[in-house]
Amino acid sequence: MSKTYEYVPEPALVKGNHSFKDITAMVTDINLRPTPKAWYMAFGVANLLLLLLLSSIGYLIWEGTGIWGLNQPAGWGWAIINFVWWVGIGHAGTLISAILFLFRQGWRTAINRFAEAMTIFAVMCAGIFPAIHVGRIWVIYWVFPIPNQMAMWPNFNSPLLWDVFAVSTYFTVSLLFWYVGLVPDLATIRDRIKSKFGKLIYGTFALGWRGSNRHWWNYEKSYMILAGLATPLVLSVHTIVSFDFAVSLIPGWHTTIFPPYFVAGAVFSGFAMVLTLMIITRKIYGLEDIMTVDHIEKMNIIILVTGSMVGFAYLMEFFIAWYSGVEYEKAIFILRATGPYAWAYWTMITCNVISPQFFWSKKLRRNVGFTFAISIVVNIGMWFERFVIAITSLSTDFLPSSWGYFSPTIWDVLTYVGTFGLFFTFFLLFLRFLPMVAVAELKGVMPQADPHNYNEKGEFVEPTVEIPEPTTTSK
Amino acid sequence: MNTESSDKKIYGVLAEFRNPKDLIDVSKTISGQGFKYFDTFSPFPIHGIDKAMKLPKSKLGWIVGGHGLLGLTGSFAMIYFMMVYDYPLNISGKTLLNIPAWIPVMFELTVLLSAFGAVFGMFFLNGLPKLNHPLFNSENFKKATDDGFFVCIESEDPQFDEENVEKLFKDAGAVQIESIYDES
Repeated sequence: MSKTYEYVPEPALVKGNHSFKDITAMVTDINLRPTPKAWYMAFGVANLLLLLLLSSIGYLIWEGTGIWGLNQPAGWGWAIINFVWWVGIGHAGTLISAILFLFRQGWRTAINRFAEAMTIFAVMCAGIFPAIHVGRIWVIYWVFPIPNQMAMWPNFNSPLLWDVFAVSTYFTVSLLFWYVGLVPDLATIRDRIKSKFGKLIYGTFALGWRGSNRHWWNYEKSYMILAGLATPLVLSVHTIVSFDFAVSLIPGWHTTIFPPYFVAGAVFSGFAMVLTLMIITRKIYGLEDIMTVDHIEKMNIIILVTGSMVGFAYLMEFFIAWYSGVEYEKAIFILRATGPYAWAYWTMITCNVISPQFFWSKKLRRNVGFTFAISIVVNIGMWFERFVIAITSLSTDFLPSSWGYFSPTIWDVLTYVGTFGLFFTFFLLFLRFLPMVAVAELKGVMPQADPHNYNEKGEFVEPTVEIPEPTTTSK
Repeated sequence: MNTESSDKKIYGVLAEFRNPKDLIDVSKTISGQGFKYFDTFSPFPIHGIDKAMKLPKSKLGWIVGGHGLLGLTGSFAMIYFMMVYDYPLNISGKTLLNIPAWIPVMFELTVLLSAFGAVFGMFFLNGLPKLNHPLFNSENFKKATDDGFFVCIESEDPQFDEENVEKLFKDAGAVQIESIYDES
């Protein structure tokens, strides 16, 4: 019997015939070269936006939260929307670095450093909002279990308190995970950099790493355990963020689908953000052999899957609202689709449910320009999802006599725009001074790294796959 | 740096090999001959070198487990103290010992402490940070973080003999061999 199938090999993770040395040079030369002019320009713009954020926060602290569009009945506005949006974006980094690591997805090595950096800076942007929205920021330490002048402790039964612990733990663990991954690569830069000052700084942060296999042995164990810890952590963080809504009794919020639905949405928007950043960066820094079109395609598949999960959750919400028989639940969902915020609702549906469906086509999945456009559309959509959830439920709740319409002020907008300044300031510093690809890990997934791919004489031989003849069960 | 120092103690003999397979092969030879104080260096962890070097199981799991347990019991004790013992507060008639509501914080603190254990425990087991090391005196050793594969047999080993070790490396196909001195 002739073969009725053909073997489709896994695409090579690194394109082009690169040796270990090339990989080191390709990634770390970016840090060793003099700073490009364009970087200064981008950094300048990011700094201006950061200044905008700082002034908006300064004015907020001076004047109070009344400068925002908050009023009865919508007492929660852009601050919570932006918080959830940024924290959700961060989740893709942990998904790539931890969950894909546990599933032994070798392709993650090209983008994990990058995505983890994005996580850390996104969580920083997110963390600002709950901190500044409290009104009296000088007593923000009341949210922590430290003694205060009221001799009271924070309320451990409250989801808002859980949030404090979830987000701060998430930030700390992401930072540690990132740093552990960075140590061997910092050592690489330490050994390559010429400047004395650079040697001192990189050398200090590399902690004297020397690539010992006795060290790698503990290191890999540590990395594995961290991935195992970060996986439930990332799921718990967005679960707890969704509890901020779900544990309340507001119609449209009080649903059990919120935790999985929030986590899927977080991964969805995070992958989109990674793509947005990656598509620009790989072009500018010439890393197309490392961050290949295959990577983009794989990420687009995840966007398609999570986007469909989000779409399914939107349907389920409607169904459960009807099935529950609760008047207020039914009303809020009809109001979302047809009420005063229908424009936001349909923006959300178009961006989140319809736009990712294009990725059923392999051609579009592998189209870099198209992916870039969709990645931005998805993040707009996910912002509107949080807008719809937070604003509609508050402004049209139980009593029609107390309904209202929420409008943001200029300060809402400026603060939000300003967080991009914070994000890009840090992100540009990261691109400039730290290796944006996990060099050591990337080398580890190249075929040359596997001792089995060498013959008796110690020469490298390309691994081959034997394709078995199909076995027939008939007769 | 004190260049006049007369006690230039030998730290060990360092040899460079071509690729991961040669490194595994020489590790097998060295551990097979009963050397204990030796180490291999590579830019990335090599699959199967733990067996070739006969490395014992990493103790890190115990450290992480201990920290995790501390996080779990510690956070429970803290919340119990604050919510039940020190300042009991009736919140809409809920029971004081409201354990289900404490789970999120207990979980987060367990993960946090475990992560501290995993990171700082790993550095502790590896003896890092240690910014100075005799091996850093070798210019060639800089390749260990780029594309070099190295073995070093340390003078501390009772079987250590400079000439024998050099011969062992030569027979195993080393590209470069050098003696490393502890300049202190």
